[in-house]
Amino acid sequence: MTAQTTGLEKLDEPRDPPPSTPPALSPVELARWAWRQLTSMRTALVLLFLLALAAVPGSVVPQRNIDAVKVSQWQEQHPQLTPIYDKLGLFDVYGSVWFSAVYILLMVSLVGCFVPRLRIYWRAMRAEPPRAPRHLGRLPEARTFDTDEKPEVVLARARKVLRSRRFRVVERDGAVSAERGYLREAGNLLFHLSVLVVLVGFAFGQLFGYKGGVITVVGQGFSNSLSQYDDFDPGSLFSPDDLDPLSFDVDDFHVKFLTSGPEMGQPESFDADVTYRSTPDAAPRKYDLAVNHPLQVDGTSVFLVGHGYAPSVTVRDGNGDIAYQGPVVFLPQDSSFSSFGVIKVPGAKPAQLGFEGLFLPTYGFTMKQGPFSQFPDPLDPALSLVPYHGDLGLDTGAAQSIYSLDKDKLTPYASKDPKRLGPVARIKLTPGQTVQLPNGDGSIRFDGVRRWVKLQVSHQPGKGWALGGVVIGILGLMGSLFIRPRRVWVRAVRRDGRTVVELAGLDRSSGGDLADEVDDLHDRIATTKESKA
Amino acid sequence: MTTADFAAFSNHAVMFASIVYVLAFLSFVMEWAVARKTPATVSVTATAPAAERELVAATAELSGGEGVSTPAAPDNSADQDHELRVEKWGRIGVALMVLACGLHFLGLVTRGLGADPVRVPWGNMYEFTLAGTFGVSVMFLLLMRRYELRWMGVLVSGFLVVVLMLDVLVLYVPAGPLVPALHSYWLVIHVAAAVVASGAFAVGALASLLYLVKNRATERGTLRENGYLSRLPELTVLDRVAYRVHAFGFPIWTFAALVAGPIWAEYAWGSYWNWDPKEVWAFITWVIYAAYLHARATAGWKGRLAATIALIGFASLLFNFVGINYFFGGGSMHSYAGN
Ligand code: HEM
Repeated sequence: MTAQTTGLEKLDEPRDPPPSTPPALSPVELARWAWRQLTSMRTALVLLFLLALAAVPGSVVPQRNIDAVKVSQWQEQHPQLTPIYDKLGLFDVYGSVWFSAVYILLMVSLVGCFVPRLRIYWRAMRAEPPRAPRHLGRLPEARTFDTDEKPEVVLARARKVLRSRRFRVVERDGAVSAERGYLREAGNLLFHLSVLVVLVGFAFGQLFGYKGGVITVVGQGFSNSLSQYDDFDPGSLFSPDDLDPLSFDVDDFHVKFLTSGPEMGQPESFDADVTYRSTPDAAPRKYDLAVNHPLQVDGTSVFLVGHGYAPSVTVRDGNGDIAYQGPVVFLPQDSSFSSFGVIKVPGAKPAQLGFEGLFLPTYGFTMKQGPFSQFPDPLDPALSLVPYHGDLGLDTGAAQSIYSLDKDKLTPYASKDPKRLGPVARIKLTPGQTVQLPNGDGSIRFDGVRRWVKLQVSHQPGKGWALGGVVIGILGLMGSLFIRPRRVWVRAVRRDGRTVVELAGLDRSSGGDLADEVDDLHDRIATTKESKA
Repeated sequence: MTTADFAAFSNHAVMFASIVYVLAFLSFVMEWAVARKTPATVSVTATAPAAERELVAATAELSGGEGVSTPAAPDNSADQDHELRVEKWGRIGVALMVLACGLHFLGLVTRGLGADPVRVPWGNMYEFTLAGTFGVSVMFLLLMRRYELRWMGVLVSGFLVVVLMLDVLVLYVPAGPLVPALHSYWLVIHVAAAVVASGAFAVGALASLLYLVKNRATERGTLRENGYLSRLPELTVLDRVAYRVHAFGFPIWTFAALVAGPIWAEYAWGSYWNWDPKEVWAFITWVIYAAYLHARATAGWKGRLAATIALIGFASLLFNFVGINYFFGGGSMHSYAGN
């Protein structure tokens, strides 16, 4: 078996592995040797494996460009590993040097492999089927028979049969050579070329595109500029001038939660009515934005990716002046939309005020769990807040998240009943209710509930190339996998007054059922009756 | 029928399907138990010269599992009788597999009809597993016809019984509606293609596994005369069958993971590729199978190395299916599949 395989490989196109040890050579020859190594099939295989391996850490360690919040949480929990991981680029695997190195090497290898194969294929396309080997009987599938017919007659029939099977046929020196399945290699080349196309399209999108998230309270608007985004992830060659001058208002938002059944509380559908303008002086248009139903304007896409509550409050300070009024975005913590948020009132006098706590759309309370939400719709909304007074720390210049309080210089109020309620005062508000803060520091009124939507705005050039590339790649792949290239030879010689016919086939792909086919050819060529095929 | 009726019907159909799979498994076990008593015809060809062996191997692939459906000139009528009994049990096994697969299909369809509103039956782990095992079952039956894979029946039916059992016992949740991100016909296409490809890869993995086991036994000389292994097709045939099944699955997987998936992601999350763990592992799986095809096409790396790579590919496929939902939890945007 082994002996046969090697024989088969020799008959095949030269695809011999390069010698694995470098011969003692001049630099030029050494470079050539190295190039041959890099563009060998084995190297390609090893690089493919490396690529698979290199992709793994990115699925285990949180990634900065996917979820920056999770990265910081992880880093807080693992202070020792963080600097090492950071050096290794483990928080940005797919942009790291080593990951890039693997796929760039693979691409170089691919090009180095592709170009010579293109040349070989071009030649093979135009070449005639190769001459019949001297000993046809040694090929893996060979048959012989003898007949009274003249060799020319048999060969003529063989040509006809083979042609009808879409073989390319030539006759030389008393033998017919035939070959079929040229498109297999074309398909394979097309596939490998399309890998390059997809990669270029993908890289283009990564470099020049951007993706940003913005939370907009219903009733408010958004215009596409950097300062408006809550988070923004630009490609490394992105420039802010690339932002389309898009703007829109979120007019209304609808969400339907399941009110019964085992999945009660799960959202069934949600969508937002928006009015948008593609440029500041374009006519406004309306659009119904929903999950799986994005808005697309001039290559920029707007997606509805989430929603939540923004309770509206009015805060008065110690002087009785309104120090803050309006909706505050609270972030949902669970599927019942218990939402966490903070209210900062830097303008309050004499002391700045801060509130931290939960918004509960359908209020529930147990001693064990404390306040919680029973259902995601605002059936019985309530705010449960811990008020603070002092200094919010906004003047230090350091950036502060709008979703957390810097409590270094803030003091909570003492609880009225520390035994039962804990040491810190907590206030509960329902819509329309006002609570006075201790010591005449001011008051807070819960005016009502509004909703917000989280929108993702993104622009990824090169999308069409990537998609077109994959689709063409699959077509090429199918050609490469399912077209079975064959060579067939038929030789007829006169011996002892009879015509001895030898027939042999060679499968040039790696999964053929050649025997059956050769048998079939044998039957058709051996019959004296004109075959109708 | 009302929605609740459909849901209940689905549960019954899945139960009956499992029972029939058990019966199919038992028939295949019987097939092999009876076969053990007959000397395998392979042992005859094992001593034949190389060229002849290749020929036998190649024809065996076309005409049926080695020695199972082609009793190669048994020397006495007792042997012939035995072969007939082997054949009978094998055919009963296949018939039961077809029946079980039909019930499985009914269970899957009524699961979709049993949800309000009606939807595709793949919205949570229970349903994914139900659909995935259905994919394995269908792909096995289809490929069996094409490549004569009946010798695998005992392993495939055993695998299906175990996985379906776990699915019903561990993963079951009552039928309910989909989360909004799953409302997309691209999801239907994406999952359907992934299920078909996974089914093919599962069958391919089994063939590769058997190749490795038989190869090892051959090398160590521990191949028992009439054991299961020696009745399997020749090594070259096993290798070729594995290749063909993988070659069938690979373009479909490419479509599922790199076309339908990204298009759906584009609609649902606003970006066609997010390096989400599920996507990363689909990509890793794809790359490993590409490496398999390369290994298969490289002289000298065929056979054992290629088979090993195929198994690694399948392991990564399984990990993506099960592991991501359990180990990565909320870290994956796909994790709602695990609710
Ligand atoms: C991104 C990297 C690559 C991918 C995803 C890839 C994928 C594939 C796939 C899926 C096949 C199977 C087609 C078949 O069996 O007919 C294949 C075949 C092939 N690849 Fe690649 N490949 C890559 C890189 C390379 C490189 C760098 C080389 C150069 C050495 C190469 C050379 C070949 C050759 C010669 C075949 C034909 C094998 C045969 O005749 O069956 N590939 N490739």
